[in-house]
Amino acid sequence: MPENYLIEVNNLTKRFGAFTAVDSISFNVRQGEIFGFLGANGAGKTTAIKMLSGLLTPSSGDAKVIGFDVKTHAEKIKKNIGYMSQRFSLYEDLTVFENMRFYGGIYGLRSIEINTKAEEILNVLNLLNERNILVKSLPLGWKQKLAFSISILHNPPLVFLDEPTGGVDPITRREFWELIMEAANRGTTLFVTTHYMDEAEYCNRVSIMVDGKIEALGTPLELRQQMGVTNMEAVFLSLARKSSRSEL
Amino acid sequence: MMKQFWIFVKKEWLHILRDRRTLLILFGMPIAQILIFGFALSNEVKNSKIAVLDHANDDVSRKLIERIEASKYFEITKILYNDSDIDPAFKQGAIRLALVLPASMSEDLHHQNDLRVQLISDASDPNVGTTLVNYMSSIINDYQNELIALNKLPFTIKPEVRMIYNPQLKAAYNFVPGVMAMVLLLICSLMTSIAIVREKEMGTMEVLLVSPLKPALVVISKTIPYLVLSFINICSILLLSYFVLNVPVKGNLFLLLAEGILFIITSLSLGMFVSSIAATQTAAMFGTLVGLFMPTLMFSGFMFPVDNMPIPLQWLSNVIPSKWFFNIVKAIMIKGLGFSAIWKETLILFGMTCMLFIISIRKFDKRLSL
Repeated sequence: MPENYLIEVNNLTKRFGAFTAVDSISFNVRQGEIFGFLGANGAGKTTAIKMLSGLLTPSSGDAKVIGFDVKTHAEKIKKNIGYMSQRFSLYEDLTVFENMRFYGGIYGLRSIEINTKAEEILNVLNLLNERNILVKSLPLGWKQKLAFSISILHNPPLVFLDEPTGGVDPITRREFWELIMEAANRGTTLFVTTHYMDEAEYCNRVSIMVDGKIEALGTPLELRQQMGVTNMEAVFLSLARKSSRSEL
Repeated sequence: MMKQFWIFVKKEWLHILRDRRTLLILFGMPIAQILIFGFALSNEVKNSKIAVLDHANDDVSRKLIERIEASKYFEITKILYNDSDIDPAFKQGAIRLALVLPASMSEDLHHQNDLRVQLISDASDPNVGTTLVNYMSSIINDYQNELIALNKLPFTIKPEVRMIYNPQLKAAYNFVPGVMAMVLLLICSLMTSIAIVREKEMGTMEVLLVSPLKPALVVISKTIPYLVLSFINICSILLLSYFVLNVPVKGNLFLLLAEGILFIITSLSLGMFVSSIAATQTAAMFGTLVGLFMPTLMFSGFMFPVDNMPIPLQWLSNVIPSKWFFNIVKAIMIKGLGFSAIWKETLILFGMTCMLFIISIRKFDKRLSL
């Protein structure tokens, strides 16, 4: 039985003038997997995510996301993915519920669906009493958890998380990852970029990008064994030192 | 698609309504501007302080002085007795004009039919200086004509002046259209460009772009609330000008409102254009104020007559949308003209709008996809 891939990438490349941001990368992401997409700043992670989410057209190579070609069916892809960026995706001057209603609405959910979903999320996040307060008065960690819950409000099979835990304390990061793992248990596929190597350990598989190329790909255990080191930090550093592009 | 559009517009309203301070500016600014221009700032000259040096001090001169005192334009604050006092009075800034009446005044008048007086005016502000001299001359002329009428000249030429469109020479006839052009431009361009760039700055734009919403739809739905707000502002300016300043709409009200909506859309497109270039809210604000507001103030013809400018600047003024709108409003509101008088201006505005709109939507689609 062939494996069910949600993302299939073949020699995907993006050039900006003479600069090659993403240099012929290839990988697959299985359904229900937490896929860690690591790399130093400037390695090309964000460019790759933008191509996969239909925001940017590749220069060459191809990629299929949920079975749709990124070059020709970007609109279909957009309908079926969730996205959360390192910067805030919530409106601070709207209430918790208004944010949910808005994001649910632009994905075409009906009011009844939004209401049920909203109650569910508020329950899980323990935010029932904060339903009608402005997002700006929530603590950072809660905002981030809320942003994640809203990014999967429309039940997408695949979610892109671009450094979702930037600037959050370790305890909240831990809680955040519990939410991610719950979503994975429900069958959602998660594509996560991160700086934190302890978070890489939570992923089923990770890839490490250096200077636009994927230098390593495998489970965290495999990578550690390959490199003969005891933690992901060491794996990452030994690969990233080869970089000519980024400052570490 | 329509449903998503309304959800977006609704969200935009919430942003505006939650931001009380901006809301106050949005509705307060047009009202404040109309009232300020109507009552505080005015280029009409009233109660100017003047000095009189009366060498004649007889019946003829005293009657003239009485007349000047009776006019609302002048207030005699100083009586001088020496030619040498004139200079110090100006230097102190106590007076703006000095009137010197010669000792031979009544003799000149009665024997030579020729009254000669001297007017010394402070021309450090040339417009005020000229205006004061004109007012004073006309008072003196009136007086002279009355006196001469008694002695009958063989013939006189008397121009019969009619100031059409604005017989009372009210400044409001000029600034109501001007304020309208300025306020609409400011609110539409400034507020929309800030609103759009804010989403970029906050990072929410990214999320919207990954969503199934079309970039053009995002941008257009952000402008809708400002269109409604600006329309309310046109109405409030017209109501104020009618009830408070007594400047009625002479022409067709519906034509005026329709042209107003056209200009709102022009300004919204300008705002979209600015936001497609600007990366931060500060840049957007700076761009609108320097790039749009200043040229509008200078080249729309509202503050300074365009006809007096050097030819290159006159050409430049043609690319300022407010200039055309200013002309349209003046034509409909003050002169009471119909569409046949303004079709050219309308066409130009329409062309500008289409161009700006298409360019900025394209820019958005392209830029945001990077």
